[in-house]
Amino acid sequence: MLARAIRCGWEWFDSRMPTVALEWKKHAAEYYAPKNFNFWYYFGSLALLVLVIQIASGIFLTMNYKPDASLAFGSVEYIMRDVPGGWIIRYIHSTGASAFFIVVYLHMFRALLYGSHKEPRELVWIFGVLIYLTLMGEAFFGYLLPWGQMSYWGAQVIVNLFGTVPLIGPDLSLWIRGDYVVSDATLNRFFALHVIALPLVLLGLVGAHLLALHDVGSNNPDGVDIKKVKGPDGHYLDGIPFHPYYTVKDIVGAVVFIAIFCFVLFFLPEMGGYFLEANNFIPADPLKTPPHIAPVWYFTPFYSILRAVPPLFHSQFPGVLAMGVATLILFFLPWLDRSPVKSIRYRGPLYKSWLAAFVLVFLLLGYLGTEPTTVWGQFGFDAFFLDTRDVATWVARLCSIVYFLFFFLMPWYTARDKVQPVPERVVWDH
Amino acid sequence: MNDNEKVDPKFNRGRRNLIVATSAVGGAAGVGAAVPFVASMWPSERARAAGAPVEVDLSRIAPGEMGVVEWRGKPVWILRRTKEMLESLKKIEPRLSDPDSKASDQPKYAENEYRSKNPEVLVLVGVCTHLGCSPQEKPADAKAEMGADWPGGFYCPCHGSKFDLAGRVFKGSPAPLNLVVPPYTMVSDSKIVVGEDEKTKGA
Repeated sequence: MLARAIRCGWEWFDSRMPTVALEWKKHAAEYYAPKNFNFWYYFGSLALLVLVIQIASGIFLTMNYKPDASLAFGSVEYIMRDVPGGWIIRYIHSTGASAFFIVVYLHMFRALLYGSHKEPRELVWIFGVLIYLTLMGEAFFGYLLPWGQMSYWGAQVIVNLFGTVPLIGPDLSLWIRGDYVVSDATLNRFFALHVIALPLVLLGLVGAHLLALHDVGSNNPDGVDIKKVKGPDGHYLDGIPFHPYYTVKDIVGAVVFIAIFCFVLFFLPEMGGYFLEANNFIPADPLKTPPHIAPVWYFTPFYSILRAVPPLFHSQFPGVLAMGVATLILFFLPWLDRSPVKSIRYRGPLYKSWLAAFVLVFLLLGYLGTEPTTVWGQFGFDAFFLDTRDVATWVARLCSIVYFLFFFLMPWYTARDKVQPVPERVVWDH
Repeated sequence: MNDNEKVDPKFNRGRRNLIVATSAVGGAAGVGAAVPFVASMWPSERARAAGAPVEVDLSRIAPGEMGVVEWRGKPVWILRRTKEMLESLKKIEPRLSDPDSKASDQPKYAENEYRSKNPEVLVLVGVCTHLGCSPQEKPADAKAEMGADWPGGFYCPCHGSKFDLAGRVFKGSPAPLNLVVPPYTMVSDSKIVVGEDEKTKGA
């Protein structure tokens, strides 16, 4: 009886809006994904999950938060102490921000491992980089909202980055702030950008990322084209429908992720100062910079590069430029990588070594960015070329050079690498 | 003849031109509509109006110590320098990137080795010329932290820039220029006004 009612209801709906069933088939039930996805393929769906978590928790934070320089800090404390369940919603949102970057960094690393950025998936990669940049903006605007010391001085530094652009810089940073210093006007507009403008952009880009992916099909750990070999029924022999095979797989991943997420939420919500910094529990003071300021961990590799570049011709623009190039160069990856194979499994020793070096310097730059430049002490001697004797600054300079060489030399070492033959079909011995 | 064959018989030049012209006008209107939104992000009239000069009583600041006042939302430091402090300035000149303040920003009356009107009173905008953090005072006895050759000065916690007791930047700092000296007037031996001098009054 009930089943009949549901079937009739569905038929009524389907005859009026067949798009839903057609799109479900196209993107899930009959979207053929390679059958050899491994651990690294969890992070795309997890990124989508975190996006949903952030939007949901963000909506409820907005109900009690006040975007006013004299009320903002107090309203966050009010959410933490007086709003029923407010503390957990706030921690979900702040932990979610860090989780977003962890998942996205692993997702991007997967692309470097298996060549997912290579032809024909260049557009998928470009939309992905745009999502990453938008996410950085979203995180930056959001971090000002609690109006703590780190919020204030972080915003001060980042807005001044734009001030270093030759000619238009000072006007540009004035326009971004809407005042001569970071102030109530700045807080109010960052709130607007954080809760509506960038989330809309983000949703649009995620849609484009997925549509572009489904047009060309997913890559896989072997980097072979699964569309080459079809079975007698006309389906790809190395492909399986996304639903139910990968919906089930991704649900397992989501459960494990949520378990870890909850552990952080309940036992380490500040992650020892890496997810929420101690200084941000002090209200913003425009006259006093805290003794040690560092951005949140997900920006620190780029912050280290900024700090490592010395000024040239009495301008700090070169450091800002280096930081900008370090992120924007990602757009060119599909064309810098000239290897005939996609997957790390068939690449040669050159790419493997460069990728290992890149991961190492990225982590090292990230660590150094969380510490003051004096963390590793000073050289005990003086020399004409030592403009600074801080050991950590010199290590960061070395790491920055390796970071850029990974990209700039890529056309050379990927084209010359000794690659192995790629099999016709995915490797599958189960 | 060949050219004519390629043209779609349904192609109507007049209609195509109309589509192009309409789209162009519509697009221009769309760009024009952005103008008020972009303009609304400039500082408001209220933000522009804030920024009056500030009076400072020097007798409140002991020699060797520093006072901080707020001027245009920024910290302004008033440091009363002792003899030893002033003597340290000469010795460290080789370690500075702009010892004579040629490229840096200061009023005419502060374009000297002490970067001040009265050598004893140093007035600086306490905002790092790198990316706008406020550096901290690190006296000469902070050698354990700043290195054995530290002569006293300022240290920016954000990106590690170092400045001497005249706000001049040390080589190897990410900051490109010396700290800015704001316009100021010495009204009497014990009183200065920050944010106002002959030039700003005349203007």
